[in-house]
Amino acid sequence: MFESAALLLVVAMALALWRATRGPTIYDRILAVNAHGTMTVLLIAVLGFVTRRPDFLDLALLYALINFIGTLAALKFFKYGRLGDGERMGDEP
Amino acid sequence: MSLAIDILSWMLLIGGGLVVVAGGIGLLRMPDFYTRLHPAGVVDTLGVAAIVAGLMLQAGLTQVTIKLGLILVFIFFTSPTATHALAHAARVGGLKPWRNVDPRAQHRNDDGDGDKETGA
Repeated sequence: MFESAALLLVVAMALALWRATRGPTIYDRILAVNAHGTMTVLLIAVLGFVTRRPDFLDLALLYALINFIGTLAALKFFKYGRLGDGERMGDEP
Repeated sequence: MSLAIDILSWMLLIGGGLVVVAGGIGLLRMPDFYTRLHPAGVVDTLGVAAIVAGLMLQAGLTQVTIKLGLILVFIFFTSPTATHALAHAARVGGLKPWRNVDPRAQHRNDDGDGDKETGA
């Protein structure tokens, strides 16, 4: 039962990855990678139940937070060309 | 009782998996970025909720259920924020929404400009 759910998740992740490689604009790619990360969280949680080791849920919890930070970081890097120091970003040429 | 919980958990897991696959297909088939936000939202709400609920029913009242609830809460808070930031960035960045033009009209004045009306 967990294996079939994991298989469905892997199929959906392949579809999201296909959109991430094909996407015409950068926003399509970031959106597809974000959805792919959400499916990865679910896959890690389900795989923890498949292998009877629920310790994997800590990894899933961490990945859910890293996924959010990563999406916003990729957006910010695309918009400003670099990360960090948002205060002085308008001053320099 | 245990069999009923198993059947309910099985239905939630498979249903959630099917919803996630539908979201992946929609992510691939939708015509435009703004419409592709919709299947991503389907994955982030119903897919995550169904699969995590199915896993919670299998875990019972343990620490595992608390961690699954934390995953659910985090995704429910971070996913709309990320989607809003993406849509806002695309809107400010000048991405035009897709418009459904009449295919016959597009065929009649085929000057490579899809969103022109046929009149005038």
